[in-house]
Amino acid sequence: MKALTDTAYMTIRHLMALWRQPWWIAVSLVQPVIWLLLFGALFRAVIDIPGFSSDNYIQFLAPGVVVMTAFFSSGWIGVPMIQDIDRGVVDRFLVSPVRRPAVIAGRIASSAVTITIQSLIIVSLALLAGASFANGAAGVAVLILVAILLAAAFGCLSVGLALVIRREETLVAIVQFLLLPISFASAAFMQKDLMPDWMQTVAAYNPLNWAVEAGRAAVSASPDWAAIAGRAGLLLAFLLLCGGFALRTFGAYQRSV
Amino acid sequence: MTIAIEAEGLAKAYPGGVTALDGISFTVEQGTVFGLLGPNGAGKSTTVKILTTLARADAGRASVAGFDVLREPARVRKSIGVVSQSGGLAQEATGRENLRLQGRVFGMSAAELEPRIAALLAQFGLEQAADRIVRGYSGGMRRRLDVALALVHEPQVLFLDEPTTGLDPEVRAEMWEEIERLTGAGLTVLLTTHYLEEADRLAAQLAIVDRGKVVAEGTPDQLKRQLKGDAIHVELDRACPPEEVGRALAGVAGIGELLVDDRVLHARADDGGRAVPAVLAALEAVGLEVASVTVARPSLDDVYLRFTGRTFDAAEAQTAEPPLATGGPAR
Repeated sequence: MKALTDTAYMTIRHLMALWRQPWWIAVSLVQPVIWLLLFGALFRAVIDIPGFSSDNYIQFLAPGVVVMTAFFSSGWIGVPMIQDIDRGVVDRFLVSPVRRPAVIAGRIASSAVTITIQSLIIVSLALLAGASFANGAAGVAVLILVAILLAAAFGCLSVGLALVIRREETLVAIVQFLLLPISFASAAFMQKDLMPDWMQTVAAYNPLNWAVEAGRAAVSASPDWAAIAGRAGLLLAFLLLCGGFALRTFGAYQRSV
Repeated sequence: MTIAIEAEGLAKAYPGGVTALDGISFTVEQGTVFGLLGPNGAGKSTTVKILTTLARADAGRASVAGFDVLREPARVRKSIGVVSQSGGLAQEATGRENLRLQGRVFGMSAAELEPRIAALLAQFGLEQAADRIVRGYSGGMRRRLDVALALVHEPQVLFLDEPTTGLDPEVRAEMWEEIERLTGAGLTVLLTTHYLEEADRLAAQLAIVDRGKVVAEGTPDQLKRQLKGDAIHVELDRACPPEEVGRALAGVAGIGELLVDDRVLHARADDGGRAVPAVLAALEAVGLEVASVTVARPSLDDVYLRFTGRTFDAAEAQTAEPPLATGGPAR
């Protein structure tokens, strides 16, 4: 119980911090919009490829952009964690009765809130651009849920790396290095069976791809809910793995103080 | 007499074989201000980290507010307030929000927390700044907020790790007044400092720490009284081997505890005023030119010199703490 309330207080702290940065808000709202419109225009001809199953690329792309936006913002979660360590904020919490996991969970939860808002904007914009999502609000809710599962997992991974590396520049370089390859080795932009064989193999093991496939299926006509649940289960397992890693590295940090 | 803090043979080495603590022991009575005085790197901060459950000792035991720091860390944490060197304020939040978050994680309800916050803001003169972002606070304001944060949940024991380091002399004096006001209400304070003046002024009881050990303990006055007579400091115009100085002063009566630190000669005399002419004459007789002479009543610096064989400043220069290995770019 205290772990939950502590997480809530930490979440409020992080959301307040973001709320005070109008430029951050502006950029993080505009970025997914630009992705949707830019990639939507750039790859419009994809629908003409023989075998491509959709005739509306924005509709195909929107779930991919939702997942990618969530993934990008989660990658950076470790950076403010390093700042908190350097400024002694983490140590101040460690000498208080705050539940240890709440220090990490608060970051993940606040990012889930921002991801939900961003996703709703992307979905609304895609609807304006002529896309249509089957299964109504329920489908969109599942899409956002898998995006959040993915972001929570990579957020934990980012925090874990931050606790191991403890240098902002190094963490930024690593995250920077991983973002694009992980995003593109997936069905976010391209139908999976049109990708090169080796890339399909990579995508099969790529958590981001699990989220894209599950999310896209959830807003498509006649979704295979069992397959979606399977993907979501994989994402949950990945989240537990990453969460365990983050907690272990946090424990190691505490022992190194 | 109730014991608020008890440390017994605390030892800790950091990876790489750096010995931070080498069996430190002391006892702090409830409701008093206890000072740990020592140069940077003496082990003061490590002691605080162990007592506040942040770090684990390799050996020894400690209890705070009656709870063992290893076996009952959760109960220790509820009983203590900690002001660390880095402070740990959330820079992007307001002062009031920092206080609120701190109170909340200590399990305080809104009903008890809000009046407490108002009282602390008033006590530390932060009412005007309460709803401003901490990033814009001055060093003194941040320090006062650090202390207010540590007091939100009305702890029994307050740890102040180098509370005035990096503050202007003027702000430091204000901070001393704040700290003096805190005591008296039964609050126990453990203060670490490398300012002799600060220890002298604030600490009722003092332990001098050097290289991870307590080398002397007592009230500041007791410690100074152990040094009989006046301190004489003679600055020579050149560095001189200690043996040579020793031979030169061998014949001067009433001089003791001779120590030569580069160009400065420290000695102790029953009557400083009378001894000086004889010392000067003896030095001149062997061709040592004197640049300056001071005679002073014993200070804590002399106490430190007596127990460690080096002056406080020299120790600071020698054992200056390396910058934090984990630190990112300076901000």
